[in-house]
Amino acid sequence: MFRRAPAGGVKKTNEGDTPMTDTFYEVLRRQGITRRSFLKFCSLTATSLGLGSAFAPKIAHALETKPRTPVIWLHGLECTCCSESFIRSAHPLTKDVVLSMLSLDYDDTLMAAAGHQAEAILEEVKRKYKGNYILAVEGNPPLNEDGMFCIQSGRPFIEKLKETAADCKAIISWGSCASWGCVQAAKPNPTRATPVHKVIFDKPIIKVPGCPPIAEVMTAVVTYMLTFDKLPELDRQGRPKMFYGQRIHDKCYRRPHFDAGQFVEEWDDDQARMGYCLYKMGCKGPTTYNACSTVRWNDGVSFPIQSGHGCIGCSEDGFWDKGSFYDRVTDIKQFGVEANADKVGGTAAAVVGASVAAHAAVTALARARQKTGIDTPKGED
Amino acid sequence: MLAEQDQFEAERSARMVKAVYVYEAPLRLWHWVNALAITVLAITGYFIGLPLPSVPGEASNSFLMGYIRFAHFAAAYIFAIGFIGRIYWAFVGNHHARQIFILPVWNMKWWSEVFYELRWYLFLVKEPKKYVGHNPLAQLMMFLFFTVGAVYMICTGFALYGEGLGEGSWASQMFGWVMTAVGGNSMQVHSWHRLGMWVTVSFAVVHIYAAIREDIMSRQSLISTMISGWRMFKD
Repeated sequence: MFRRAPAGGVKKTNEGDTPMTDTFYEVLRRQGITRRSFLKFCSLTATSLGLGSAFAPKIAHALETKPRTPVIWLHGLECTCCSESFIRSAHPLTKDVVLSMLSLDYDDTLMAAAGHQAEAILEEVKRKYKGNYILAVEGNPPLNEDGMFCIQSGRPFIEKLKETAADCKAIISWGSCASWGCVQAAKPNPTRATPVHKVIFDKPIIKVPGCPPIAEVMTAVVTYMLTFDKLPELDRQGRPKMFYGQRIHDKCYRRPHFDAGQFVEEWDDDQARMGYCLYKMGCKGPTTYNACSTVRWNDGVSFPIQSGHGCIGCSEDGFWDKGSFYDRVTDIKQFGVEANADKVGGTAAAVVGASVAAHAAVTALARARQKTGIDTPKGED
Repeated sequence: MLAEQDQFEAERSARMVKAVYVYEAPLRLWHWVNALAITVLAITGYFIGLPLPSVPGEASNSFLMGYIRFAHFAAAYIFAIGFIGRIYWAFVGNHHARQIFILPVWNMKWWSEVFYELRWYLFLVKEPKKYVGHNPLAQLMMFLFFTVGAVYMICTGFALYGEGLGEGSWASQMFGWVMTAVGGNSMQVHSWHRLGMWVTVSFAVVHIYAAIREDIMSRQSLISTMISGWRMFKD
C-alpha cells in the first residue's frame, strides 16, 4: 500500500527550472524519524483532516515526492501567542517534525539568523521561489502614522508585508490579529491595526483565527495545503471549514446540560461544581466557530469550558468589542451608551407602554368632557 | 386607502348596508395565527437569551431549554410560512390585502391624510375620517413595524437558526449572508434579533391599544372586523 520512495529519496525534481529543496520524507529521515512513525503520522494527519483511510498513502506519497514548499512567516503587531501555540503541536508529531515539514525559511522569532543576514534570506526566498512560497502572517500591520507603530528592519511592517505578499502563492492569516485585528484593533484602535485581508487584495487568504489558534489546527492547515497543493475549503468568512465549520456549542460536552436547562448561576455554586452549562455566565460557545470542544488544547488535555470558564469567543471577529465576556445578553455599542438589547428595547417598550397609558387617559378625559359638554345638549336622547 | 376612495366604496355599499366586507377569511385566520406565533416567539425568545432558573436532577431527565427552543423554532416556521402565505394573499386577495406591503408614498394626498390622522391622535382634530381598510397612519405603521419588522426578524432569526443546523444547511445557505453583513460575529446578530423582539413588543402594545381605541372612538368597527371580516360604520 505504501510505496517506498527510491533509496535516498526523490532527488531534486527539476520541474521547470525552479530549484527546490528536499522532500519532507528526506528531511524526516535525516532527523532520525523511522518510516514506521512517518506512516503513522500520515494516517493521523488523514484522520485529523477528516479524510478516509485511503488518503493516508496519498499523503505519504505526496510527502515523499513533493519538494517542500518554502514558507515565510512574518510577524506584525502581535503577542506571538500563535507561534507559542504552533510549536506545541502534538499531532502531527512534534514541533521538530512540523518545523522541518515546513521549509520555514524565514521566521524572525524562531530563526537563528539575525539582522542583515536574516533579511538576506527573505530576499533570497522571494527571488528564488517567486510565486511559489506560502506567506504566513502572524499579527497585523498598523496603518496609522504611516505604519510607524510597527517597525521592522527600519521600515514600517506594512511595507514588508506588501512586498513579501506580492510574490507569494497564498497567505495564511494566523490568529485573530491577522484575521480580524484582535485586541490591538479593539476600539478606539489608536494604531489603526488592520487585518491582512484589508490590505492585501490580490492573493488567496486563509484565515485561521483564534487567540491563539489551536496548534493542531495550524499544523493541519499547513499539512493540507502542502499535501494537496490547494487551499482547504473555506467558509463565507475565509476560514477552513474543516475546523471552523461548527460552533464550540455544537460539540460541547456540557451541551446536554444546556438542553436540559441546567446552568451555572454563580461561579462558586453547586452547579459550577457539577459542571453544568456556562451559558448564563456569558459563555460565547454558541456564537464561536472553532474546534476547541473537539480538538481541545495541549495534546487534547482540556479547553476553557472544561476548565470551568466560559468561552470568550477569541476566534470571532471583534470579540473585544462585543460586550462583557460574562454576560449572555451583551451590550450593543451603536446607541452611544453601554446598554444591552434588554435595556434599550425594554426601555423603549416601557416608554411606549407609558405613552399608551397616558394617551388612553387623555382620550378618556376628552371623551368624558365631550359627552357631558357637547353631546348632551345636541343629542336627542 | 384614501378617504375619498373609501368614502366612495362605503357609500356604494351603504345603499344597502352600513358594512363592508374587508378582511377575507384566510387573512383573518393568518392574523390570529400570526398573533399567537409572535406571542410564543417573544416569550420563548426572551428565555432563550436569559434562561429560567437551573433545573435540578440528572441532565437526562429534563429537556427544558430544548423544549423552549423547539417552541421558538416551531413558532418561527409558522410565522415565516404564514408571512409567505400573506404575501401570496396580497396578490390573490382583495385590494385591502395589499395595503401593508405597498405605500402610496408619491401620493401627497395620502401623506396629508397621514398627518391628519396624526393630528387626530394628538387631539387636534375633532373627528377622524372614515376608512374601509387601514387609515394611512395605521398603514404606514403596519408597513414599517410589521412588514419590515417581520422581514428583519425572519432574516436575522433564520441566520441564527442556520448556525444550529450547520454550515451548508438551507438556512445557512439562504440567510448566512446576514452574519457577514453585520460584521461576521454572530453575537451581534443575537443582540440585534433580541432588539427586534422589543421593537415587536412595542409595536404590539401600540397595535392593540390603537385597535381598541379606534374601535371605541373612530367611526368604524375595528376588533370585530378582524373576527368577522365586516367593517361596520357607525354613522
